[in-house]
Amino acid sequence: MIKTLAKRSTALLFGVSVAALGSAAYADGHALDLSGETVEWIIPFSETGGSARWANFYAPLLSEALPGNPTVVVTFMPGAGSTRGANHFQELEYEDGTTIFGSSGSTQFPYLLNDPRVRYEYNDWNVVLASGTGGVAYLPADLGAALADGGIEAIAGENFIYGSQGATRLDLVPLLAWEMLGLNVEPVFGIEGRGDGRLMFERGEANIDYQTSSSYLSGVTPLVEAGTAVPWFSFGALDADGNIVRDPTFPDMPTFAEVCEAAASCETSGPAWDAWVAFFTAGFPAQKMVFLPAGAPQAAIDTYTQAFQAITERDDFAEISAARLGVYPQMTGDAAVTAMASATEVPEEAQTFVIEWLADRYGVVLE
Amino acid sequence: MDLLATALPALSEAFGMILQPAVLGYLILGVCMGLCIGVFPGLGGIAGLSLLLPFMFGMEPLYGLALMVGMVAVVPTSDTFASVLMGIPGSSASQATVLDGFPLAKKGQAARALSAAFASSLFGGLLGATFLTFFILAARPIVLAFQTPELLMVTIFGLSMVGILAGRVAIKGIVAACLGLLIGTIGEGAASGELRMASYDLPYLVDGFKLVIVGLAIFAIPEIIALLRQDKAISDRQLLGGGWMTGVKDWWANKWLSVRCSLIGVAVGVIPGLGGSVVDWIAYGHAVQTSKDKSQFGSGDIRGVVGPESSNNAKEGGGLVPTLLFGIPGSGSMAIFISGIALLGTGQIEVGPSMINNNLNFTYAIVWLLALANVVGTLICIGAAGGIARLTSIRFALLAPFLFMIIAFAAFQSRQSIWDLVALFGIGLLGILMRRFDWSRPAFLIGFVLSAPAERYTNQAYQIASSRFRRSFEEGLDYIFSPIVIVLIIITLVSVVVGLRQAKNIQAEGAVVSGGKRAPLIFLLAVTAYIGIAYYDAATIPDYARTDRVFPVFVATIGLIGGAILLLQMRIKPETDALFADREVQDRSSNAFGLWPTLGWFAGLLILTSLVGFILALAVFLLLFIRFRAGKGWGFAALYTAAGIAFICAMAALLNRDFPPGLLQSYFDLPWPLT
Repeated sequence: MIKTLAKRSTALLFGVSVAALGSAAYADGHALDLSGETVEWIIPFSETGGSARWANFYAPLLSEALPGNPTVVVTFMPGAGSTRGANHFQELEYEDGTTIFGSSGSTQFPYLLNDPRVRYEYNDWNVVLASGTGGVAYLPADLGAALADGGIEAIAGENFIYGSQGATRLDLVPLLAWEMLGLNVEPVFGIEGRGDGRLMFERGEANIDYQTSSSYLSGVTPLVEAGTAVPWFSFGALDADGNIVRDPTFPDMPTFAEVCEAAASCETSGPAWDAWVAFFTAGFPAQKMVFLPAGAPQAAIDTYTQAFQAITERDDFAEISAARLGVYPQMTGDAAVTAMASATEVPEEAQTFVIEWLADRYGVVLE
Repeated sequence: MDLLATALPALSEAFGMILQPAVLGYLILGVCMGLCIGVFPGLGGIAGLSLLLPFMFGMEPLYGLALMVGMVAVVPTSDTFASVLMGIPGSSASQATVLDGFPLAKKGQAARALSAAFASSLFGGLLGATFLTFFILAARPIVLAFQTPELLMVTIFGLSMVGILAGRVAIKGIVAACLGLLIGTIGEGAASGELRMASYDLPYLVDGFKLVIVGLAIFAIPEIIALLRQDKAISDRQLLGGGWMTGVKDWWANKWLSVRCSLIGVAVGVIPGLGGSVVDWIAYGHAVQTSKDKSQFGSGDIRGVVGPESSNNAKEGGGLVPTLLFGIPGSGSMAIFISGIALLGTGQIEVGPSMINNNLNFTYAIVWLLALANVVGTLICIGAAGGIARLTSIRFALLAPFLFMIIAFAAFQSRQSIWDLVALFGIGLLGILMRRFDWSRPAFLIGFVLSAPAERYTNQAYQIASSRFRRSFEEGLDYIFSPIVIVLIIITLVSVVVGLRQAKNIQAEGAVVSGGKRAPLIFLLAVTAYIGIAYYDAATIPDYARTDRVFPVFVATIGLIGGAILLLQMRIKPETDALFADREVQDRSSNAFGLWPTLGWFAGLLILTSLVGFILALAVFLLLFIRFRAGKGWGFAALYTAAGIAFICAMAALLNRDFPPGLLQSYFDLPWPLT
């Protein structure tokens, strides 16, 4: 093992020093050869978030799958809710295919909500991978039991507290869902990550919460087994025709659509429902994407697409990815392009609805 | 007994796992890498672990753990070198060590201070691990008992340490802490996202300042400049021989202090949300409060080294509890540690609520690898202490450019923007002036560190408590005044009363004579003016975002009252009063160079960097500085420059980092490292 490590560090040093000499890879129109290069993967978040885990999972696999086995290094560029890193990437031009960018739902939402800090344009970039995920809302055991006995009316009078990262983030999706169900949920802002939200739930201060799938599997399933938490609904997943169906990772859980359908207070049509669907579609089924910068030649796009495709087609991919990513589509090629389109375009009515709702309900002004 | 029945088999299994030659080999490899990285101020566990991550995928879990734990464990040990020898806080964990460690180095007792620090670190680490072995099984309910009001009280308790470190004029210390708190609120508010003292046109300010930069600027820059102006070596007398045995004896003489501070370290480290960034200050405050003779604190009392150093390694152990049991990283390096664990093997170790039930043997293996890494790291450090302590006898003009190069590089890692360097320089200037007029820099830093948690927990506790009160009055009261909160309130009150009564005797940064009235008055007016502007800025935040308004307005009000009292006192008191302390008057005879020419060198580096990029600017700076300021020949200067540039490039290449680009780079594409 020590030998392998030494070999790898030599490779790393060699890679870095070759890059230091400034030798550029050539793009001859057939394929990219990245031997001896260092691929820089920019993540616009800190080392602590879900995007970091996602990128750290893919980086070594990508290194193996790209022609020439370049060193793949994840660079973190946090700031301004990921808009800083995205603005930085927007200014880059394609050079030699050694810079890629990983965006997340938190990068998509400011873009969709016309946040003043957004100076990036998704349509300039070239998507090579789109990873989906899901989310699960859950309750403390006593409220879960009340819900099971008396339906949504039994908990409608409760003062709900929810630890939130901010109403304009991904939290928008659960907050809008709970409001549509007629619950009185007060978000406590200033939570630094969803993990802190779960801790607040465990401490008994928050009494409603949601987690994305992989965090739910590792963090909440033990609570459910211990009998302190009860899952309520998943947000669902999209089928090939764009319909919301049960989440393949949680086939036994009802989706929000089912719960809403069953509740008298909630309707699966109208402007609120359309807005929820639009923002769910933007935030979850293609939550994390990998891009090449503007102006990338088709050869480079193909090289990366093939590399990611090779990764997702590995024999052991299901096994190694299940715990860290959940069972979700990892889309490349045309599927990724379609996923990106649906993730970065919402109907104008949905956009207006959410912007007004944020202003009315939370006093958030985006100008 | 139940506990023992589960713990003992897992514990013996864990020892069986870690006491294998290959595991120990990886541990030692990790320790050596950690020591090398920790030595450089501003670079710590995050930089080191990021370096290791690419190798973790699919690695044998035990080997990977040994490598990573070895790396994280020793960073708080080796960063003591910078704190003691240069007065530069190596990381947030060793800020308090500077207060007494550096004066000891100036007295030629660097080796003694270092070995006392290492002995304390080792002891703290081991005691922490022992404590954790039993505590970790029962930790879950205890950690969960710390709800938001409890977290808020712990934060306030941390802030109460300002009382002890306020200096001779207590109100100056309080205003300094208010200033630190206000600087900490700069940027986007956590609750409603409203901007405070920032603008979207200056994106750098939107995220606020990072602790790395503020810590380096407020402690390191003033010391570097002060030493440069005196143009001597750090140590003003002969080095004491055989110092390292003395240090170990010093530790032994204070072993009970060391025990208490280690326990403080574990306890505070266990509480998630504070990240242990105040542990060293609490330990320092405790060391001062429990000592009979307090006159030497701040000018080289060994207890001021033993206390914080015992706590900061113990804290790493404590920090494992939220990391392993809840999957919530207590610090940036712990977050990468979690990512790293997920990559190991087939990903079978899953950090989080199921860790204790499913992987108790791995949990213990991690705890004891941490302890073992402490032993190995300490032995290496004590062995090296005597030699490295000689650095303090080198003429400082030769050391300073090198130090400045590393500090600038470390600061730039914070946000990879040229503004990192501007912030370093600007806050450094504030630090220089605070040092000159004897305003407590520790109080400022405590305020800065605790600003974000204090605001966050106040807002959250208020919001949750309101909801509880709506349910019923009793439930609200139960929530706010839990037994833990009441105990913490009592401890805090005692600490404040005792602290303020003793503050006059404790000069955390040595004695300073008083001089004329004008200069101290101008500085006070400038500080008050900033607080006034911050007040106005916060007060104009509209109602819908009032959660972002309350805290800065409250702090600024206290700061303004303090400033007004000081102004009044300045009118009444004679100019010999401690109020008018001015180091410039005191050091007039020993300063060989003026303040502004010395600062000019660094301002020059900054401006040149913004024009031609860091590496080119650095080359010019090093060459000219060594030739003209240090007065060496051109040949020596060229050699020094080449060595410096080669060193920084090698480090950046290894860590895969870039350098700040300048205007030149926006017109021409240059090869690395000039990019």
